[in-house]
Amino acid sequence: MNNTGANNNIIEVKNLVKEFKGLKAVDGITFSVREDEIFGFLGPNGAGKTTTINIICTLLSMTSGEVTLNGYNVARERNKIRNCIGMVFQDPSLDDRLTALENLYFHGLLYNIPRRTLKERSEEVLDMVNLSSRKNNLVMTYSGGMKRRLEIARGLLHYPKILFLDEPTLGLDPQTRNKIWDYIIKLKKSKDITIFLTSHYMEETEICDRIAIIDNGKIIALDSPDNLKSIIGGDIITILSEDNIKLKEYIKGITGSEVHDAKEGKIRFEVKNSSIFIPKFIKNSPVKILSISARKPTLNDVFLDLTGREIREENASARDNIRSRMMGRMRH
Amino acid sequence: MKKELIGVYIIWLRDIKRYLRDKPRIIGSLAQPILFLFVLGTGIASSFSTFGGGGGKDFLNFMFPGIVGMTVLFTSFFGAMSIVWDREFGFLREVLVAPISRTSIVVGKLLGGSTIAMIQGSIILLFSPLLKIPITFAIFFKVLFIMFLVAITISAMGIVLASVIKSMQAFQVITNFLLMPMFFLSGALFPLNNTVKWMNVVSKINPLSYGIDAMRTMILNNPALQLYPLWLDIMVLVSVTLVMSILGAVLFSRQD
Repeated sequence: MNNTGANNNIIEVKNLVKEFKGLKAVDGITFSVREDEIFGFLGPNGAGKTTTINIICTLLSMTSGEVTLNGYNVARERNKIRNCIGMVFQDPSLDDRLTALENLYFHGLLYNIPRRTLKERSEEVLDMVNLSSRKNNLVMTYSGGMKRRLEIARGLLHYPKILFLDEPTLGLDPQTRNKIWDYIIKLKKSKDITIFLTSHYMEETEICDRIAIIDNGKIIALDSPDNLKSIIGGDIITILSEDNIKLKEYIKGITGSEVHDAKEGKIRFEVKNSSIFIPKFIKNSPVKILSISARKPTLNDVFLDLTGREIREENASARDNIRSRMMGRMRH
Repeated sequence: MKKELIGVYIIWLRDIKRYLRDKPRIIGSLAQPILFLFVLGTGIASSFSTFGGGGGKDFLNFMFPGIVGMTVLFTSFFGAMSIVWDREFGFLREVLVAPISRTSIVVGKLLGGSTIAMIQGSIILLFSPLLKIPITFAIFFKVLFIMFLVAITISAMGIVLASVIKSMQAFQVITNFLLMPMFFLSGALFPLNNTVKWMNVVSKINPLSYGIDAMRTMILNNPALQLYPLWLDIMVLVSVTLVMSILGAVLFSRQD
């Protein structure tokens, strides 16, 4: 794999712990982000993604651990860190009673960009996210997708070394979500910039060079998307049958792999090569098969494999729901 | 240093721009004092004849500086408390990750809220001809200075509270249990020198009493209605302003 020389790392996090009133939101995580990569934080709501990002970008103090960014210590050199990061928050942080250009102007002054440069750069970043034609409109007239694009543009205005994107597609419709990712990919191609993003949409994090899967405040896997997917034996097979219990026993016997219950009364398991497995399986099955399907593994399967749960919000357990709600309340 | 001043300026400018663009808010926030003055005030004034005693007209004049004070109180308090939701959902997060100090944010917020409160208070002052109260330029600027002190004090108090209490529910509770009593026991609506003892005592620890007393002295120039000498009013206000602002800056800078 790539060389992991320490000087290539732009962010180093060691044994980071954050407690909120005895509850461990971040539970001793260690990782590093390499310069110029797209690094993804993947996990369900309340897993500790936003808390970790908030600590790295100086918004939150840590309970214990050590974090450096671009060689600066997060606890001691806050303003130096603030100068070299760009943030796109989960909740919009634009002023909706100002125009796009005014939002950028305020941002530029806060980051000490000289006025002449500021004008040029505002045009440049607005152009990049295709908002030039709406630059003098109040942000309150923007759609959700446009707001997010403007936030990305604003995050880039002071030419940060690292851009943080916390759930950049949260609350957007699928089409708009795709567009946002297109902008992010375009951005990565045109600039030397490190991107640190979080998402709980599995498919979307596949553009990352490396992904850390985080659950209950711990990193449970960290690798490239392809390597993560190779954790899964091969293909995912989903079956609907007349007698799941009997079939489960049979599959365990012939493949040796775990069989899980899936949605709509189906069962699922993994095999090395589905195209060879399926014809033989159907011929020899002791139970009548009503439907069978096979597909390549996704990051969602990886998460399921590692935690026994699905990542999607609607499938989160009651405990996770309460946890994420509490985290939400304590996030500041 | 220059960078910090720019930070203060940005926070201030943002508040002012927002205010000027929010026409419904301007009208809405003026409705309350006007209602108090012309409906409640006129009503109470006319009730004097029912219960015996005259001086209805004098009562309206008495109330006028109180309503100016009320406008400043509510405007600056809500301005500062906007930090509570701004921190969670809005622009403040953008400012918090920017390379400027927390103190600059607090100073900007204090000045922004106070400027708006002073504008609102001045608009109420414009109603003085209706009550036949003469207000010269000199009086106007003197009152403006007191409005500034009161606004900074109340804004700073709002920032102190916003730093300690972080939920919207708590905000409602504060409005009912702190803001309203502060208003009622400030001498805005009735004279404090003839009330029951406990009210008198409470009003002495209420910074708003001193602000309203000072404004009343300046606007009406009637020694019979004056509670404290003007220098004492100003001294109390300046001291509370300083203490509250420093406390606000310290508490707001704490990182959790």
